[in-house]
Amino acid sequence: MSEERKRRSDTRMVPYPSQAIVPERDVGKQPVLETRHLGIEFGGLKAVEDFNMIIGRTEIAGLIGPNGAGKTTVFNLLTKVYEPTTGTVLINGRDTKGLSIVQTAHLGVARTFQNIRLFSQMTVEENVRIGLHNQIRYDMFTGILRLPRYWQQERRQHEETLELLSIFGMQDLADVRAGSLPYGAQRRLEIVRALATNPSLLLLDEPAAGMNPHETEELMENIARIRDQFQIAILLIEHDMSLVMGVCEGICVLNFGRIIAKGTADEIQNNPVVIEAYLGRRKEG
Amino acid sequence: MKTKRSKLIYNLVTFGLVIAAFIIMTVMINNKTISRSLKGQLIPICSWIMMAVSLNLVVGISGELSLGHAGFMSIGAFTGIVVSGWLLNGFQMEDPTLRLVLALIAGGVTAGVAGVLIGIPVLRLRGDYLAIVTLAFGEIIKNVMNCIYVSVDGTQLRFGFLNNTIPGTILLNGPNGAKGVKTISTFTAGFILVLITLAVVLNLVNSRAGRAIKATRDNRIAAESMGVPVTRYKMMAFVTAAVIAGMAGVLYGLNMATLVPTKFSFNESINVLVFVVMGGIGNILGSVISATALTILPEKLRFLQNYRMLIYAVVLILVMVLGNNPTLKSWFRSVFGRLFRRGKPEDGPDGEKEVARHE
Amino acid sequence: MAFLSNLVNGISLGSIYAMIALGYTMVYGIAKMLNFAHGDVIMVGAYLAFCAAQYWGMPPLVALLIAMVACTVLGMTIEKLAYAPLRQATSLAVLITAIGMSYLLQNTALLIWGANPKVFPDLIGLDSLQLFGGELVIKGATLVTIAANIVIMVVLTLFINRTRMGKAMRCVSEDRGAAELMGINVNRTISATFAIGSCLAAVAGFLLCSSYPMLQPTTGSMPGIKAFTAAVFGGIGSIPGAMIGGILLGVIEILGKAYVSTELGDAIVFAVLIIVLLVRPTGLLGKVQREKV
Repeated sequence: MSEERKRRSDTRMVPYPSQAIVPERDVGKQPVLETRHLGIEFGGLKAVEDFNMIIGRTEIAGLIGPNGAGKTTVFNLLTKVYEPTTGTVLINGRDTKGLSIVQTAHLGVARTFQNIRLFSQMTVEENVRIGLHNQIRYDMFTGILRLPRYWQQERRQHEETLELLSIFGMQDLADVRAGSLPYGAQRRLEIVRALATNPSLLLLDEPAAGMNPHETEELMENIARIRDQFQIAILLIEHDMSLVMGVCEGICVLNFGRIIAKGTADEIQNNPVVIEAYLGRRKEG
Repeated sequence: MKTKRSKLIYNLVTFGLVIAAFIIMTVMINNKTISRSLKGQLIPICSWIMMAVSLNLVVGISGELSLGHAGFMSIGAFTGIVVSGWLLNGFQMEDPTLRLVLALIAGGVTAGVAGVLIGIPVLRLRGDYLAIVTLAFGEIIKNVMNCIYVSVDGTQLRFGFLNNTIPGTILLNGPNGAKGVKTISTFTAGFILVLITLAVVLNLVNSRAGRAIKATRDNRIAAESMGVPVTRYKMMAFVTAAVIAGMAGVLYGLNMATLVPTKFSFNESINVLVFVVMGGIGNILGSVISATALTILPEKLRFLQNYRMLIYAVVLILVMVLGNNPTLKSWFRSVFGRLFRRGKPEDGPDGEKEVARHE
Repeated sequence: MAFLSNLVNGISLGSIYAMIALGYTMVYGIAKMLNFAHGDVIMVGAYLAFCAAQYWGMPPLVALLIAMVACTVLGMTIEKLAYAPLRQATSLAVLITAIGMSYLLQNTALLIWGANPKVFPDLIGLDSLQLFGGELVIKGATLVTIAANIVIMVVLTLFINRTRMGKAMRCVSEDRGAAELMGINVNRTISATFAIGSCLAAVAGFLLCSSYPMLQPTTGSMPGIKAFTAAVFGGIGSIPGAMIGGILLGVIEILGKAYVSTELGDAIVFAVLIIVLLVRPTGLLGKVQREKV
């Protein structure tokens, strides 16, 4: 066999993921997120496999699936908490291979956590200010010497913080210690903190967990409002189907680490494969 | 609840107390009403306050347990002694204030460089592993200092490592340390340094960098996800603390006629940690008070002779055991809560599990 | 031959470190605390053996037994009085308490036995072993130390893997909460851990002073720190790790002192620890813990 033919025969051909759907208004714009054949193994166990997804500039997308399907693992891959074993993650067209969590955050990804991760000893305002860390800056010496720029930037941070908190009407809680907030407020604060980083893609991991139906309803409206106001894309993991079906445009269903269905809310609701994954197969006869 | 106003009050109380203490002490020195032993302790107290506040920056604010803080003090002290001796013997610089200032700068810079060099490997580790490596570095510094010989020959500094045959006036003599040091530290210098330390640490804590440091302590992964370069800020806290500890060392070293490297052992690192814990993790004012009290107290108890340290040990254990008793804790809170709640910023992690926890 | 002799001495010193490190590592694994007073239990054990043999005229083995029993009781008492009330407290509070306990033991010893070093008598009374026509001389104490360490390793491994209490210890170390739910008496398990650790500390103290016969109230601190280093070196919480770490550390220390520099012996030990931790951040046999996000 000639050298050239050998090389050609060694190349493994894989199908290019193309079955993506994005909202019509986002067609022609570069997608915020694109993953190709994304996968990760933990000690031989494939937690996520061949995960392909495209999210449009201003899309609200949902990632659903039964417990243990690998949804949070996908988030951890997108934010580079885990380095993928296979595949590619493109954020705003930039490959995140080899980037750290911090560098990926700088590309415009912000997230909330399933098990809330606030800076619990710090105040609500300080939490949001951490989100503003890379937006409104001054160096350490300016801070220690209290130069005019310190006062100016601190005031900007303060104003910006209050404005962000007002999304959820939380301005009055600015001086409360984050750890002492009620559960629902903590979840909302996580969203505000993530928004403060000025992301182009916001990842929400079970934002409605532990909320009552009324709060969930409010959250749903707020998610849509946030998208409209900030013109960003949102990907959310959620078990509350009223929220997912109410607000998500494109939905992706994950089971055992693989995508089993993609589509709009109506398509997903009537998809027999999805129903089977959630409820199990009906006994014949 | 921590409002802007309570933060301001806290800072004012901290500075006010230090300034008031300085004025009282100065008046007492002028009236000659101060006891000999207390007068001799004024400068060391300033050093220990600087040590405690800087360690609190690492342990309380940055949330990393460091067991080798005395190492930086050692580097500062001996650098200060060498620089001061060099300027005096090599350049006949008689002005003690200028010598002290130059020695302080040199000590701070050297300790800071050591902080960077040590911080790079140390801050890659987590929790108890980080703690043991700081302990190891502290011991290495002590050990290496034991082997360093420095002399001034004309205007030249001569160094010897494990080699004491160097020409000129000996400044550092290996395990015998420094002898006949001209004591040029003054209480006023100590007071100014304490004020600078407090200003640096308190301003840092309430700034963008300080918040990033605290965020890293509270939740590393969340901080990273917000785009905060965690290691850089851990490093910032560690090196700032090292510089302050180095300067504390200069102040301390230039107050002693003789000083041996073994002075700055693991025990001293632990002592400073005791100041920090007794004063309250993350509570800067607490560190100032406890460093002062725990330096004066053992001296006042000297008449107890060998029972002194025994009592200190028992008190330490009792404070820890009773202070962490849930019943007593809630009782204290109900009685004293209203009095103390206001000024005290709750900067420290209250589940200090987080200080030495594996992530 | 000199190298072989150094190696044997290193293994002997390392065996002592390993015995002390076992106490550190077991307590860390099960109670999740750094027991800085452990080094001082060694010192107490050595003093008790010294008194029993020198003042009360006990035979060496009885002296050792007295020290072992007394240290076991001491360890359990310390745990009950000082550490048990702090189960829910922060790890720093526990650390400071342990340091207070260390001061307490040292200063009590200072009051009882004074600051002047005592010369520990040769209680082992075994002749030196001469090998290769007298070129390699191994002291009796060295031989006994190595032999004792092997016995301890085997017995402890059997204990941890084969007995009910050993299984309980492994469970508590893995997940205290779950162990409690499964009906394991956590307090008793922790107490037993301290008992074993302190008992081993007494043996280590006896053997340490047989090889290095200067006994003072601070005798335990440096070997304590070194053994702690050894425990971390091997991966804190891991029993085989403590054994390997201890022996390696002893060998490195003796060889470093012999071939690099006597003055820098300790610095070399700690430098090796730092390098190992940079390559393997949780020690040689330590478990890598991944945080769930």
